[in-house]
Amino acid sequence: MPKDTGIGASTRRREDVRFLKGKGEYTDDISARDLAHAVFARSTMAHGRIVSIDTSAAEAMPGVLAVFTGEDFVEVGGNPAGWLINSRDGTPMKEPKRPVLAHGKVRHVGDAYAAVIAETKQQAMDAVEAIEAEIEELPAIIDVKAALSGDTFVHDEIETNQCFDWGWIEDNRAATDAAIKGAAHVTTLELVNNRLVPNAMEPRSSIGAYKESGDEYTLHTTSQNPHLTRLLISAFVMGIPENKLTVIAPDVGGGFGSKIYHYGEEALVLAAAKRTGRTVKWTADRTEAFLTDAHGRDHVTKIELATDADGKFLAFRTETYANVGAYLSNFATATPTFLHGTLMAGNYTVPNVYVNVKAVFTNTAPVDAYRGAGRPEATYSLERVIDKCARELGMDPIELRRKNFVKPDMYPYASAAGLEYDSGNYDALMDQMLKVCDRDGFEARRKDSEARGMLRGFGVNAYIEACGIAPSNLVGQLGSRVGLYDAATVRVNATGNLSVMVGAHSHGQGHETVFPQVVGEMLGIDPQSIDIVHGDTSKIPFGMGTYGSRSLAVCGSAVVRATEKIINKAKKIAAHMMEASDSDIEFKDGQFTVAGTDKSVSFGEVALKAYIPHNFPLEDIEPGLEETAFYDPANFTYPSGAYCCEVEVDPETGKVRVDRFAAVDDFGNVMNPMIVTGQVHGGLGQGIGQALLEGCKYDEDGQLLSASYMDYTMPRADDLPFFTVDHSQGTACTHNPLGVKGCGEAGAIGSPPTIVNAVIDALQSGGKNVTHIDMPLTPHAVWTAMTNA
Amino acid sequence: MYAFDIERPTTIADAVAALKADEAQPLSGGQTLIPTLKARLAAPSKLISLSGISDMIGLSDEGGALRIGGATKHDTVAKEAGATHPGLAGLAARIGDPAVRHRGTIGGSIANNDPAACYPSAALAHGATIVTDRRDIAADDFFTGLFDTALEDGEIVTAVRFPRPEASNYQKFEQPASRFAMVGVFVAKFADGVRVAVTGAGEDGVFRWTEAETALSSSFTPGAVEGLSVSADGLISDLHGSAAYRAHLIKVMTKRAVAAAE
Repeated sequence: MPKDTGIGASTRRREDVRFLKGKGEYTDDISARDLAHAVFARSTMAHGRIVSIDTSAAEAMPGVLAVFTGEDFVEVGGNPAGWLINSRDGTPMKEPKRPVLAHGKVRHVGDAYAAVIAETKQQAMDAVEAIEAEIEELPAIIDVKAALSGDTFVHDEIETNQCFDWGWIEDNRAATDAAIKGAAHVTTLELVNNRLVPNAMEPRSSIGAYKESGDEYTLHTTSQNPHLTRLLISAFVMGIPENKLTVIAPDVGGGFGSKIYHYGEEALVLAAAKRTGRTVKWTADRTEAFLTDAHGRDHVTKIELATDADGKFLAFRTETYANVGAYLSNFATATPTFLHGTLMAGNYTVPNVYVNVKAVFTNTAPVDAYRGAGRPEATYSLERVIDKCARELGMDPIELRRKNFVKPDMYPYASAAGLEYDSGNYDALMDQMLKVCDRDGFEARRKDSEARGMLRGFGVNAYIEACGIAPSNLVGQLGSRVGLYDAATVRVNATGNLSVMVGAHSHGQGHETVFPQVVGEMLGIDPQSIDIVHGDTSKIPFGMGTYGSRSLAVCGSAVVRATEKIINKAKKIAAHMMEASDSDIEFKDGQFTVAGTDKSVSFGEVALKAYIPHNFPLEDIEPGLEETAFYDPANFTYPSGAYCCEVEVDPETGKVRVDRFAAVDDFGNVMNPMIVTGQVHGGLGQGIGQALLEGCKYDEDGQLLSASYMDYTMPRADDLPFFTVDHSQGTACTHNPLGVKGCGEAGAIGSPPTIVNAVIDALQSGGKNVTHIDMPLTPHAVWTAMTNA
Repeated sequence: MYAFDIERPTTIADAVAALKADEAQPLSGGQTLIPTLKARLAAPSKLISLSGISDMIGLSDEGGALRIGGATKHDTVAKEAGATHPGLAGLAARIGDPAVRHRGTIGGSIANNDPAACYPSAALAHGATIVTDRRDIAADDFFTGLFDTALEDGEIVTAVRFPRPEASNYQKFEQPASRFAMVGVFVAKFADGVRVAVTGAGEDGVFRWTEAETALSSSFTPGAVEGLSVSADGLISDLHGSAAYRAHLIKVMTKRAVAAAE
């Protein structure tokens, strides 16, 4: 086993060969002999009653094959919410129907109310312009607090704009209130977790095909989880039997959560394929992506931290208004609740936590999970209020955190917010962070900045998150309507190479490289002889896909279990080949040996024997060498980290420059350090984007002001410093076979409060009495805060 | 995008003739026009590309002034104008990104007169002359309002003539998303006085800050504008910055431009 290829090796990403050469095959790259094109008519107003839609002129246009409106889908189901939340009074959340095409009303700018199928995209675009829709404009519901007091409803049938009013943990409410009332010190902070647009590089795209001969449908689509998409379309939206629908997610150019969900466009191209008898493609343009991809975050929160006189935490209490947009996207109700409230004890031994979340419908695009999903919101609230508390108490922010950390001898640790942390060492992370960030040199750097007229600040953050999104038992108790296991099939071919079919989907994560590293290490063979198959429901076992930093912890564990089954069976075959007892067979470095002898056969010889089973004891061993495992873990995994950064603020303009950033994370055991580092880099980029740059803004009429890159600021390379990334302080996850924790979201979870804490520190150092600025900390926002201080 | 025809004349005379056609529109780099067409926000039946007219490409000395052909790309200006016009070269080097700088042209930018474009401030601060196929227009008379100029229908900017300043500099404070100028200030010092032009901030587009010009003409130091203040009246207020913020930035950027002028 060469050391540079197995577990723990920074093997280069084999998928990058095709990506970097422009040879990836994305949905829009796929064509068909009979291809037709779909283009949608989308609402230009945020809220309106559809009076009439006249499609006759459009239908008569050149090349037009069909025109659909909401009327065509009245008889089919709606796109469901995947997670049931009950309100504090025990009533279930409100679940208004989300149709394939808007019917009765349009509810946000970009809401599709009709679609044209034509021979060419140009013809479809021309015909969309010929649709005559009379839509009576209604007042737009935009502000989450105002939405709860008016009498205009996004969904008239539920007679409220409140989806739910959730308490976590409701039984802890009285104790939390009492702790805050009697505390020596209470720090209060009101903040906004800014709304974000995911901005995957590849916009959404879907191709529907229909074969009349077998009544079979095929959907190529930009999805993070093709089986989930198939299940939603089959069971809820269109009623197509699962065995008549194949969903294929080929190369996907980034998702960040936005491609978890089923969208109406997917159903439309399938319906259109059947009606027209043609293969029908739709690809979003960037404007459609801005208007209709599920957005992220958008919380308005008040948080209180109660401490005793020495800074020991007594309670956290939060009240949050979570904007869910115009319709419930599939996991919109889980994100602000169980992915957020359960993390509200942070890394701390605080005894009392109470979280209240009111989810609110508005006339904006649906909001759902986006890289981190609820955990960035929790971390931001906690780590901002802790920093404010440290300043109020005159304590060092690192010491205040340390004073309240869960200590290494306390695991498993039951947090006050209802989770059981399995492992961690937050002090070790903080120690390592202080080492790698050169904290001792900070004062000299601050003086240097001051000499140049700049304000330098140091910001710190400690986060914990719950990922490896699973266990079915737990999420089921919490309201999930789906299971969250994953699955893998390991197929050893007769010539000794392997195909591994996995339920996780790779859209940038590097599964094609890392899963073979694991299997190769276990079997003692070259990972290059192992290929990963993913993304095609006709080829892979039923898996739940990729999100919530779950691929390695959940699907990777299924790969391990299936490989263990392969080894067990291979041992039996080897025993037969060497005329020994099963129990005497040892397997190491790809060789099966009989203990205490020099007899051995290689893994390749066993594989060949499995498929040429001459003289096989068929009563004991089946031919072939292929095993499937489903894996459902016992708990989430709990990555944690200590982050810090230094920023320079230009006091004349308010412009912030991130000078340096150190991220020390506990991801448990690391399979491929290079890929993990890359994941952290990406997460930090998105987190710094949220902190400094990205702000999705609707005006009071519900028009999206930040609807293009002219107004929505994506992070660019020169906005980011060189990162110091360290994962040397891992504590192994105690409940999965590889001891791994998820790493995909950590950077986006841990970085926003780090940046904001540093900016506040910089301003305070310059004598500006600024205690909080809402993200993004644009030059204008920082200047305004300084000016008003 | 809607379908359109395109013509590629090689002489100014041919371009002027071609622009007489119904709904014909000049295309000079297309850094604004092409995105507009892609979004179906404009539907010209014919585009007349100006980028193949050799008389409109390149830099030359014209009696001590710098003449830049209207179809000259930003990258060329960035690389070739520095010896005599360092402020102008620095401005061109920071327009957009390399792709933009290898497509966009000075004539296209000036004729479009985007209120956040960089070049109008250079033209105004230099007291440049806009040369068209039919006349010379002083920069002070050329920029007449938001996306509005003194150009007549079918009139082409064939060149821009920049007198040589004793010192000049352009400071751009970028709008974070587009990286157009949220406030861009061009300061140019001549023997007979200093000119200060501001882009990105005015509701009517580029304008001169005359109080600063007076102060800097008597003392070309950052401190000379310290006591001045800019009114927020008539300044742009948008998602990225209030009028008051822009007013503040005009002074900050002016000071920095004076300090950096060479």
